[in-house]
Amino acid sequence: MTHPPYLSPAYKSTVLRAPSRELVLPKLGPDSVELTSPVFGHAELGALDNDLTKQHSGEPLGERIIVTGRLLDSTGRPVPGALVEVWQANAAGRYAHLRDQHPAPLDPNFTGAGRALTDAQGRYEFVTIKPGAYPWRNHDNAWRPAHIHFSVFGTAFTQRLVTQMYFPGDPLFAHDPIFQSIPDEKARRRLVSRFDLDTTVPEWALGYQFDIVLGQTPTEDA
Amino acid sequence: MTTPSQTVGPFFGYALPYDGGPDLVPGWRTDAIRLHGRVLDGAGDPVPDAIVEIWQPDGDGGIPRRQGALRREDDAFSGFGRCPTDLDGRYHFTTVRPGAVGDGSAPYIAVQVFMRGLLRQVFTRLYFPEDTAAHAADPVLNEVPADRRATLVAAAEGERTYRFDIHMQGEQETVFFAF
Repeated sequence: MTHPPYLSPAYKSTVLRAPSRELVLPKLGPDSVELTSPVFGHAELGALDNDLTKQHSGEPLGERIIVTGRLLDSTGRPVPGALVEVWQANAAGRYAHLRDQHPAPLDPNFTGAGRALTDAQGRYEFVTIKPGAYPWRNHDNAWRPAHIHFSVFGTAFTQRLVTQMYFPGDPLFAHDPIFQSIPDEKARRRLVSRFDLDTTVPEWALGYQFDIVLGQTPTEDA
Repeated sequence: MTTPSQTVGPFFGYALPYDGGPDLVPGWRTDAIRLHGRVLDGAGDPVPDAIVEIWQPDGDGGIPRRQGALRREDDAFSGFGRCPTDLDGRYHFTTVRPGAVGDGSAPYIAVQVFMRGLLRQVFTRLYFPEDTAAHAADPVLNEVPADRRATLVAAAEGERTYRFDIHMQGEQETVFFAF
């Protein structure tokens, strides 16, 4: 199974929020509404929406990175024109969110939210800074590995995917119940981006690659 | 090799909501309806960090195929809506009643819910209470256990207003689909 089960007790908030009854799978599967997706255009996005380092008057603190990747369907074909949304903590591990109480500094030059549309080859690109790890209250001494949240649309509403991109070699993987909620080790590895020298820009920013593959609908058991 | 899902987490509030997200049409349109409801957890407590998305055809059953899902033109219909829940777990949308699309299908709105503590979104459908005859013939509703079908039908609440609560667990647990 690719996706984590809804109930994953080590991640405590799942206990009262995971559906407890069996999901219903209609014989005919999703219908024509659910098999289409909202359509987005470039006019709906701002010119700097995919550069999270240029949304304020100054440069944010931290390690500048370029995150690129392709959005593919389950047969490996690129998905063009798809909306990709990202959000993340700053370099110190603090979200620009009122309810984040982590006593790490906010960065006045970094909000940490971006949008992009995939091009004809299904490619997206974000310029940002590497997010920091941060503590949470799931259990004693709980820390989330550094990650960037991704939200993507495919060609069907049922292909909607919200996930998190991680960074290679993070020592927190073994201790994170959200990452570990994915039962299959190979599937977990698909969420770890790859350092990429080809997209690294000399004297400027490190490149990371993260391809996203949408599932078939109904959910397949890959 | 499908990319696995992860929770939307608690901190999407400055990223995913956008201006006009809950309004699929402007409220002044004479065919506008209001949908609202609460997202509730297994203890019956409101979920203040959920985000609800809907996708639907227009009143004639036409599925929008043009750009503009995020930023619709003034009096147009976007088909797509997104609303985060407030501290009481409440969400709301302004839209139109959808027309039926498939053969024998009753009109419905496709609904997805994301929240902290949910490792993958849930998929459900919102049907309308006036369509009793169409519900009896709807192929998907007919595959839902009879005693749970009511969880998929919104309640009429006065003029052009419908309420649709989403229960993650419990006696009234909403029917979720394995999409």
